[in-house]
Amino acid sequence: MATRGKEPLAPQTTAILAGSKGVFGRLSTSASRSFHLIVKSKSGLIGLVILAFFTLIAIFGPLIAPQDPMASSSYSSDILAPPSTAHWLGTDNIGRDVLSELLYGARISMIVGFAAALVSAVIGSLVGISAGYFGGWTERILTVIDDWFLVIPFLPLAIVLSQVLDDWAKSAPFGSTLVLIVVIGLTGWAGTSRIIRSQVLSVKERMFIERAQALGASHAWIIRRQILPNVLPLIFANTVLIIAIAILTESTLSFLGLGDPNKFSWGGMLNAANDSGAMALGAWWFFIPPGVCIVLVVISFTMVGYAIEEIVNPKLRERK
Amino acid sequence: MRVVLSKSLVALGTLVFVLVFNFFLFRVASDPELDIRRNNRLTPQQQEALIEERGLREPVFTQFRIYIGDTLTGDFDTSYTSGRPVLTEIREALPNTILLVGSATVLAALIGTWLGVVAGSRRGTTSDTVITQGSLILYSMPEFWLGMVMIWLLASTIGAFPTGLKTDPGADLTGLSYVINVLQHAALPIIVLTLGLLGQYVVIMRSALTDVMNEDFVTTARAVGLPRHRVLRGHAVRNALLPTVTLIALNLGFVVSGAITIEALFSWPGIGQLTVEAIDANDIPMLQGIFLVTSVAVIFANLVADLAITYLDPRIRVG
Repeated sequence: MATRGKEPLAPQTTAILAGSKGVFGRLSTSASRSFHLIVKSKSGLIGLVILAFFTLIAIFGPLIAPQDPMASSSYSSDILAPPSTAHWLGTDNIGRDVLSELLYGARISMIVGFAAALVSAVIGSLVGISAGYFGGWTERILTVIDDWFLVIPFLPLAIVLSQVLDDWAKSAPFGSTLVLIVVIGLTGWAGTSRIIRSQVLSVKERMFIERAQALGASHAWIIRRQILPNVLPLIFANTVLIIAIAILTESTLSFLGLGDPNKFSWGGMLNAANDSGAMALGAWWFFIPPGVCIVLVVISFTMVGYAIEEIVNPKLRERK
Repeated sequence: MRVVLSKSLVALGTLVFVLVFNFFLFRVASDPELDIRRNNRLTPQQQEALIEERGLREPVFTQFRIYIGDTLTGDFDTSYTSGRPVLTEIREALPNTILLVGSATVLAALIGTWLGVVAGSRRGTTSDTVITQGSLILYSMPEFWLGMVMIWLLASTIGAFPTGLKTDPGADLTGLSYVINVLQHAALPIIVLTLGLLGQYVVIMRSALTDVMNEDFVTTARAVGLPRHRVLRGHAVRNALLPTVTLIALNLGFVVSGAITIEALFSWPGIGQLTVEAIDANDIPMLQGIFLVTSVAVIFANLVADLAITYLDPRIRVG
């Protein structure tokens, strides 16, 4: 692309620049504008509807669940029973209602996905902005660390980290869940920081930054008031895509037995189904529903993420 | 030559970083002495000897020196569970993993690239939509769940494949019958892995081809009157293959770690199975060794990918 005085800005980015509200006010303006644009794209709308459905389940699931799968009263001799009017999705290997587990599991899967993506977004943005804005040795060192996290085989790293943090996980109240969040967050930020850094590099060259510097604005002020608003939409799009990956990773780690043994998650259900030989016994109701939920949620986040990315990055829009 | 040298230096730097990180994670962030003490497979004398040998009561810097020396000479500690050297266990498991992930990578690259060309050259048609949506669904699917569904349908219900392991248990097989038996057992995990890897090849080929199709030289070739398939094969696809080459090289690095859940699911005796056993037994030296070996594989693959692209793409080589 030829270097011009002004790069084309996404409409909501211009709006953010003009707005005088705080960062969060501006983010919400940008979010509500993005919302209208997402709804306009068909796959974005489908994604949003599915996500709204699963968010409701994550919040109210335990209230509408037929039984509490955590309670010992939920155990029954009705082991791996096929779907019936009593148990719509049958029972698991110790006679618990699969539908209830599925409804309870939504909460952990969604919370871990959201929180881990948030951790990734915060680390990625901090590293990306510092590297892009300060340049020099800061950038060089941060880029080396970034490269390393991009290169390192991420599942073995996550496994190793959660194993090392295992002792600590057992002592804290939400230990295992927290460890999952931290581990997934720590292993997933490198891509974000790479994208943010290159955006910051291009924002930094614009006139208004130079003007602010000339007027004696501090680094903190420039980053907060001028850099951040310009990269926020990108961070937002990237975070939505990362939630999808975080939910997949959560299910993988739980499947490998690294999740919280006292909480239900979709990956944990698949682990239990595999351990109890549900496939050999033909108990499809035990492992098909959690997998379908994971796929639906991951696809939806990906579709919404792509829709947002297209809004944020005008280049992608032109291509279509 | 300068490019090769500087890229190799970067890879070496990353390797050093991995070693340091590995040391801190296992010797400083966790408590290896406690892990050894807890290991009831060792007698108290053996525990004491191990702590002494690893220098776990020495100052951190001395410990670091011992660790680096041990690692560079290929002494990766002893597995807590089997009592055998970690490196021996990894070396035995590696060929099995390479068979699985290696064949899946080759198959996925071939099929995925082909599907990507089909989709990219017919943008907007039904076949494009089907291929693209299919890739998105495959990409959003946990591999191990796809494996579970396949085991249920193809292995347990129809009985077309064995449900797991590398060979029939108890069978004393030799020669050709052994090879056939192994291939029968490997087939289903390879299919699942191939489907898991397929999506990214489709997506990357489709988008690269779309970019190239808009280039001037393609328009020229068409304007000159070359038939569509010749433009596609001789001009567009050739140039669009570059990102795929990078992806193949990068994925080859993940050959070592790529099949952890699938191996666990199919009880396939590779690195992944080793990892899962180490998780269950809290076998820290094993995990540490696996992490190191997988990291080295990925760093090496990255270097190869970089060099391959430099060689294949004159724009990078010259400029």
